[in-house]
Amino acid sequence: MAQITEAITVAPRPTGLPVAAVAGEAEIRYYTASQFQLMWWKFKKHRLALIGTTILGLFVIVAVFAEFLSPYGSTARTPDYLHGRPQTLHFVDAEGKFHWRPFTYALAALMDPKTFLLETREDPDNPWPVRFFVHGDKYKMWGFIEADLHLFGVAEGHLHLLGTDQLGRDILSRLFYATRTSLTIGVAGLFISFFLGLIIGGVSGFFGGGIDDAIQRFIEFIRSIPTLPLWMALAAALPREWSPQQVYFTITILLGLLGWTHLARRVRGKLLSLREEDFVVAARIAGSSDARIIARHLLPSFLSYIIVDLSISFPYMILAETSLSFIGLGLRAPVVSWGVLLQDAQNVAAIALYPWLFTPVAFVILSVMAFSFVGDGMRDAADPYSR
Amino acid sequence: MMFSAGWVGACSRPSGAFWQEEVEVAKYLLQRFIIMIVMLAALSFIVFLTIELPPGDFADRHALELRSQGIQFTQEDLNSLRHTLGLDRPWYVRYVVWITNIVLRGNFGVSMTVHLPVTQVLGERVGLTVMLAVATIIFTYGLAIPIGIYSAIRQYSVGDYAATMIGYFGMATPSFMLALILLYISVILFNNSVGGLFSAQYAEAAWSWGKFVDLLRHLWVPALVLGLAGTAFEIRTMRATLLDEKNKLYVTAARARGLPEWKLLLKYPVRVALNPIASTIGWELTAIIAGAPLVSFVLALPDTGPLFLRALLDQDTYLSGAILLMYATLTILGTFLSDVLLAALDPRIRYGERV
Repeated sequence: MAQITEAITVAPRPTGLPVAAVAGEAEIRYYTASQFQLMWWKFKKHRLALIGTTILGLFVIVAVFAEFLSPYGSTARTPDYLHGRPQTLHFVDAEGKFHWRPFTYALAALMDPKTFLLETREDPDNPWPVRFFVHGDKYKMWGFIEADLHLFGVAEGHLHLLGTDQLGRDILSRLFYATRTSLTIGVAGLFISFFLGLIIGGVSGFFGGGIDDAIQRFIEFIRSIPTLPLWMALAAALPREWSPQQVYFTITILLGLLGWTHLARRVRGKLLSLREEDFVVAARIAGSSDARIIARHLLPSFLSYIIVDLSISFPYMILAETSLSFIGLGLRAPVVSWGVLLQDAQNVAAIALYPWLFTPVAFVILSVMAFSFVGDGMRDAADPYSR
Repeated sequence: MMFSAGWVGACSRPSGAFWQEEVEVAKYLLQRFIIMIVMLAALSFIVFLTIELPPGDFADRHALELRSQGIQFTQEDLNSLRHTLGLDRPWYVRYVVWITNIVLRGNFGVSMTVHLPVTQVLGERVGLTVMLAVATIIFTYGLAIPIGIYSAIRQYSVGDYAATMIGYFGMATPSFMLALILLYISVILFNNSVGGLFSAQYAEAAWSWGKFVDLLRHLWVPALVLGLAGTAFEIRTMRATLLDEKNKLYVTAARARGLPEWKLLLKYPVRVALNPIASTIGWELTAIIAGAPLVSFVLALPDTGPLFLRALLDQDTYLSGAILLMYATLTILGTFLSDVLLAALDPRIRYGERV
């Protein structure tokens, strides 16, 4: 990477000389690189953005392979382990011997002789070894491949690394499934926002004049409404007898309606300023058609900005979905999302007694932070004037 | 940047009419005021839409309720109830009736779950929500401006990095989750909940100085929760603008003339940097109001938030509509106030220049 940095910081070359005559190889590489190559090089230098990308990559893997990665199904219950605390993995057994294969212990309910309260204790005589590629709950991968293979699990007993909820369902597995729901709903909402923003912003910037004014006033109006309460009110108006799928679909559309104003403004602003740029004027004088100017010159110039804006507005989608579902106005069981899972952590008593119900919060914050890091990195990378 | 050539030019008073400045300010404020009224009207319409949206009307639900209690309620009864309530008239007539009742008589309709006028259900909760919003705004700017100045002057110091890190966390965490986290920490560590707005002895008491002080003592937790994201954002804005400004020539010139450093900072670059901050008060308020219901719900505050969520879940549309209208009115008022503030701060607006 050092070569590139050198190339960027090199002093302006005397004009008129052929490039190859004065430039080193790295410099040639820099000056002949495509726009996206340049952005990638700059992006790679942003360490937080790289960390964010890695985290997001993991989230995507979890979302895609949720059925295989999770040890249980999203509704499978362990009836004798309700509100169970997270089980710990052991490598060293009671006699102090080290095992490569991790194991957990069977749990026994014991009465505390002093307080007479039931307490679960690990039973050191009864280890449950953790195995990879075990056959467990049946599922349909992506809805059509029937399988029962899970990445890890136990042959006997049960394995709940993040504990269970009040019905004895594995929280880790449910979190994995929820990741899929929350991410896909975010992406779908993003697509709707994207098209709305592109079309409305495009119309506004292209026609200008009265239409432009009207659209801009409308956007200002939307932005001055506290959207989340309004969206809550709209979501609350959904008929109660609707199926979870219908609700899912509608909520996605609602989320899509949330984020387009920002993008529309960006598209309009870029269109207005780019129209007057020298390279566009030059293309027009050279006789390029409108279609060619749009496809070859305008679109590549602001595509990067659009991608950046999308990556920045993604967290809002996730947060809106989480908020709506959290209070019971969004997605409904049996659909699991981060917000649906957090419903269990609504009251103080639950938090105090079963703190592991709280783990979805970590997922949400991690994903949002990762997205804002990536968004920051992409913004810097897409800006040709930033160093 | 945004304060380039035009800045100096606009500051010199244009020769001409003596009342020029006052007339321009009045024109500007009148224009913003009219925009505010138009927005309020449009908003009331949208709120009415959310009231009307759920299938069935008040009469249907009332009939269902009576029938579920075993009371005879015929179709004729239903029709006559509908006629008495005016529900058989077209929607635009109902909208006009609804909005004139609100504007002229302060009548927001009747809550369907508790069968009381909405104004009575809301009571002093509205005041608490307004106080919470105002406290959060004060908190946000009271923290963001000094920290932003510090971050810009001591760039890359430990304090600057700490502010940046807290900023990232604050912006990534939605306020209701922050409330959950605070609740979690307070319950686990201190065995005591941070929820509520009053101590037990003041909860039902009439208003007194002691109750007010007690309220202030509790108010900082929700204000912190609601304001953190905004504070983080404003710190970044303040820092960035000030960094741009503090190396400009006019600052150097002032320094060369021997002005003390703090006076010079506060008088010139900070004043310029306050400008973009003031213009975002409207947005800040919108964000605060948007996050408030959930935070109030999580922290069990006795303001409009939990009531709003309850009303939404019960489809108590007149109640939820009234609260929604109040939220929206608050934000639009806030936007108007921020425009006024901007006119006071920015001479370009006083002189009718487009920013």
